Amino acid sequence: MTSQPRTLYEKIWDAHVVERRDDGTCLIYIDRHLVHEVTSPQAFEALRVSGRKVRRPDLTLAVPDHNLPTTARRDAAGQRIPIADPESAQQLAALERNAPEFGVRLIGDADAEQGIVHVVGPEQGFSLPGATIVCGDSHTACHGGLGALAFGIGTSEVEHVLATQTLLLKQSKTMEVRVEGQLGAGVTAKDVVLHITGVLGAAGGTGYVIEYTGSAIRGLSIEGRLTVSNMAIEHGARAGLIAPDETTFAYVQGRPYAPKGADWDKAVAWWRSLATDPGAQYDRVVVIQAADIAPTVTWGTSPEDVVAITGTVPAPESFADPSKQQAVQKSLDYMGLTPGQRMQDVEVQNVFIGSCTNSRIEDLRAAAAVLKGRTKAPNVKWAIVVPGSGLVKRQAEAEGLDRIFIEAGLEWREPGCSACLGMNPDKVPAGERCASTSNRNFVGRQGPGARTHLVSPAMAAAAAVTGRLADVRELGD
Amino acid sequence: MEALRQVDGRAIPFGAKNVDTDVIIPSHWLKTITRDGLGKGAFETLRKDPDNLFDSAEYAGSPILIAGDNFGCGSSREHAAWALLDLGIKAVIAPSFSDIFSGNAFKNGILTVVLPQEQVDRLLEVARTDPVHIDLENQVVTTPFQDRFPFEIDPFRKHCLLEGLDEVGLTLARDAAITRYENEARERLPFLAQGVEAA
Repeated sequence: MTSQPRTLYEKIWDAHVVERRDDGTCLIYIDRHLVHEVTSPQAFEALRVSGRKVRRPDLTLAVPDHNLPTTARRDAAGQRIPIADPESAQQLAALERNAPEFGVRLIGDADAEQGIVHVVGPEQGFSLPGATIVCGDSHTACHGGLGALAFGIGTSEVEHVLATQTLLLKQSKTMEVRVEGQLGAGVTAKDVVLHITGVLGAAGGTGYVIEYTGSAIRGLSIEGRLTVSNMAIEHGARAGLIAPDETTFAYVQGRPYAPKGADWDKAVAWWRSLATDPGAQYDRVVVIQAADIAPTVTWGTSPEDVVAITGTVPAPESFADPSKQQAVQKSLDYMGLTPGQRMQDVEVQNVFIGSCTNSRIEDLRAAAAVLKGRTKAPNVKWAIVVPGSGLVKRQAEAEGLDRIFIEAGLEWREPGCSACLGMNPDKVPAGERCASTSNRNFVGRQGPGARTHLVSPAMAAAAAVTGRLADVRELGD
Repeated sequence: MEALRQVDGRAIPFGAKNVDTDVIIPSHWLKTITRDGLGKGAFETLRKDPDNLFDSAEYAGSPILIAGDNFGCGSSREHAAWALLDLGIKAVIAPSFSDIFSGNAFKNGILTVVLPQEQVDRLLEVARTDPVHIDLENQVVTTPFQDRFPFEIDPFRKHCLLEGLDEVGLTLARDAAITRYENEARERLPFLAQGVEAA
């Protein structure tokens, strides 16, 4: 295509161009389409009305996740326990009707493989390095942790992909976010991505696809890389990417839908060739020192509102931009915080460990390591652990993590999106705080009036034990 | 999709900046399974005020909305565009829009017109008493007072809106090219060509 040095993003893009138009817009082929119950009903409805079919049902996988209760879904006789909210039940029913009607494979609400789409895709080997992956959900960027070009789309685009297996797109600008050095004790992938969001701002990545590079990123497990790329959208980027390497290949190999035999060898050879060429130019480069990253928490109502756990609530006047000053004041009013208050003095009544950002086995291990032999503080009224999938749940139980959570006074739930956005019954009461491993601290995100502090799984566990936002490094063993 | 050449009528002089999609349609409306009926939820919180513009005798059913900077920011929910459409809005005029919202609006046949703040301010003034006219073909917004504000629009989007072309239909017409890609990619990237067994 070109002999110019290219970035990882440009290589994946070039490999998927069906047609290039004069204005630079490209028809891009989509390799994998994940479908859930919230953003797909209207897309299937449109296909039905126009008599269209799904072009490649074999490249499409449907999994319900947003609305499912995280309590038992079947009774002792194996019968479905009805979902109380009629609208949630209706969305689930629509997916269960649409998938077979259009020939799409559905992982059902009580199947062992069910889970959050962004956990299920990588776990099943459905999401692959170098693939183009879409889903009607903004956290689709998650799969970029495998080196896939993955991004969220709206419902009309869901319909477009179902019908044509393509999207009409303009190429994004490229940004490199390089994190160099070794992460300190107690600092995890979540702290890295919260810190990046603080540096770039919630809109700093707008118009870009970000490639995360550097020794600190290379050193992350796939679970950690998925956590980082998951939140690319929280700094405004269309997608996040981490170049596939030996860690990636070891993770993907042997998964149910992963390539096998000669195909596997061919795949690995191509994946190796995707790394950004020496001399390739990014439109913007941001360098962050790993040593500057502490265990991080949010204080406000935007994911950019981050501070080290050792820090204090900022004053509106400390921001240069007058419109940000106003936004900070509004955030502090909503969050019930005062400037100068120590983050470690902030009490929490709720703890949520879960979401597509932090519900994989490594996340649960990190939380369990802190909770082992400890119990939750009396002022913590509600603390739930929601595994990302049925397979994560099974693995955690095999390792005895469920016992650690339950003995510490936390609830062990069924997989789904849960209190990340409260479309199911898992909500944080108005005016109460939640130390949450999810990705958005927006006003009302976890329930009307709920106050969210985004943290890593280890920090959420530390909050459960102490009843306040706490520095996990000070808990010791 | 309905063809859109001209939009003519009263314009709601809303004017607010940074209106996010949670304001346009609150999240509890996302549990629908159809595109219709979301007009009831459009600007729900603002419309709790009995004196709101949207339900006033003067502006109810108006085809044009005039807003401030960064209209449609926040969540990517397409329900925001459906809600406006169901409310009767065919065009939104603002100094800037969020990318995702303007894409969603376009895909649903809503015209987004970007004009400089001072021209938007002038239209907000006119809209209090008089209608506003948008001529997509000639890319100009006019008023009964000789105001004449030309605007830019992506030629592809303009073409689709003028002809009422649906993007899915347009791409389906490229079937031969897509099939050619699939055949070629099956050789080049065989490991991506095989997915799950379909149901």
